[in-house]
Amino acid sequence: MTMPLYVQSAWFLGAALFIFGLKGMSSPASARKGIIIAGYGMLIAIAATFLIPGLQNIGLMALALVIGGAAAWISGQKVKMTDMPQMVAIYNGMGGGAAAAIAAIEFAKGDAHSTATTILAVIGALIGAISFTGSCVAWAKLQGVLKKAHRLPAQNAVNVILALVAIALGAVMVIMAPAKPELIFAFFAVALILGLIVTLPIGGADMPVVISLFNAFTGLAVGFEGYVLGNPALIIAGIVVGAAGTLLTQLMAKAMNRPISNILFTPMVASGPGEAISGSMKELSALEAAAMMRYASKVIIVPGYGMAVAHAQHKVWEMTSILEEAGVEVKFAIHPVAGRMPGHMNVLLAEAGVPYDKIFDLEEINGEFGQADVALIIGANDVVNPSARTDKASPIYGMPILNADMAQNVIVIKRGKGTGYSGVENALFYTDNCRMLYGDAQPMAGEIIQHLKAMG
Amino acid sequence: MDGLLTLYIFMLAAFTGYEIIAKVPVILHTPLMSGSNFIHGVVVVGAMLMLGTADTPVQQAIGFFAVALGAANAAGGYVVTERMLAMFKKKED
Repeated sequence: MTMPLYVQSAWFLGAALFIFGLKGMSSPASARKGIIIAGYGMLIAIAATFLIPGLQNIGLMALALVIGGAAAWISGQKVKMTDMPQMVAIYNGMGGGAAAAIAAIEFAKGDAHSTATTILAVIGALIGAISFTGSCVAWAKLQGVLKKAHRLPAQNAVNVILALVAIALGAVMVIMAPAKPELIFAFFAVALILGLIVTLPIGGADMPVVISLFNAFTGLAVGFEGYVLGNPALIIAGIVVGAAGTLLTQLMAKAMNRPISNILFTPMVASGPGEAISGSMKELSALEAAAMMRYASKVIIVPGYGMAVAHAQHKVWEMTSILEEAGVEVKFAIHPVAGRMPGHMNVLLAEAGVPYDKIFDLEEINGEFGQADVALIIGANDVVNPSARTDKASPIYGMPILNADMAQNVIVIKRGKGTGYSGVENALFYTDNCRMLYGDAQPMAGEIIQHLKAMG
Repeated sequence: MDGLLTLYIFMLAAFTGYEIIAKVPVILHTPLMSGSNFIHGVVVVGAMLMLGTADTPVQQAIGFFAVALGAANAAGGYVVTERMLAMFKKKED
């Protein structure tokens, strides 16, 4: 089908707006403008597509757009900020599914294509299908629908065999093009199952990296199907996202100190208790904690996902405001993997009203803990465990951590004496300058606020 | 489309994506993942093209499914990204 110039131009404009939008999204000040610009790009690209002469099934098309668009729009408005990672996962999976379905129709039509085109169509279909079912599993896990990590016996062997079967079927499709319906069906069935089987054994803690990886997958799938369709807007948008997503995945995996291959193929296990920890955990009261911070000159707050689970971020921000009014300098330190997704904690703090110029990431703030009178740790654990720096036997050795232990005093608000995600004891809790404040983060922050108000 | 020319597009697009993200502060990683997720929602255009040229009921059904999924990707990706970014404020605001 040859496209009229006005349609081509509109797609061109759409692709340009995507890139401008993405660029805008790379800085906090212009980020919102960025997504709106990209949104206009999308509207223009979709509207222009309707104007292609000779297009059939226009009614069905409009109906599908309304159903899919409205369902996602409404669910997206409702979702809580803490549930954002799984929502991103499911929308991403849908994009992957759409890319795979495009390929399926292309194969079903059986039009003659060059071998290179068919190869790209097959690869796009494969990774799109994996992204589709894999993202659905990721959603189910983070949403709590699927609670356990399901690990097959000889999981890795099953993964490899399924992957080889999928590739072999794909190769047959290229060689015997146009493929028979049975072959097409078998190929997609294996690809979809592969996405399920690969994702099922992965634990919740590793899911963000997997979601990001699938995001990159969908991008590439869209780019490849764009090639098959001869549509540069799809190619550009897909490949830009594919590359960006790949980089983002690498950054996340690095922040967690887990190579991507490790996340996909080996479960996280505590490789032993690590060095024995001497000393004991020492408690303090909310009143003492309030006094310690009220008369400090600098306080650094380290929030973890535990804070978000306890819905304590609003109280914590209220406490921060009171401290600031009393002349205390307060900063927030965020570990790259705090929350369920890199940057998730920033979103949760932003929701509570914390301005982003009070929030610092690991590299910016690590040098400042030495000058802080108090480091207040709320619902975080592994990301402040000094064993990551010192104890070679520890499973988290080498992971970059926030150096909260270097502050004059450390206060830890924590529900109980348990360990973090990794199951590792935290040496920080046993150090001489550390005090534990046991309780739920929200009522604890509330108590501290009461005491601070009483101090005036 | 000309094969080799497309290869250039692939290369430049990959480079663009890499460069844009490389300078992004960690605080924006979540909205950015969501924002890039929205952008590949343009797959809906491809799905519309397929549905628009589908001739059999099976192709129509798959095409319908593809358009609905693509539309959900685009609409959902936009809403959640915009909601997150609307919350990022500087102190003086």
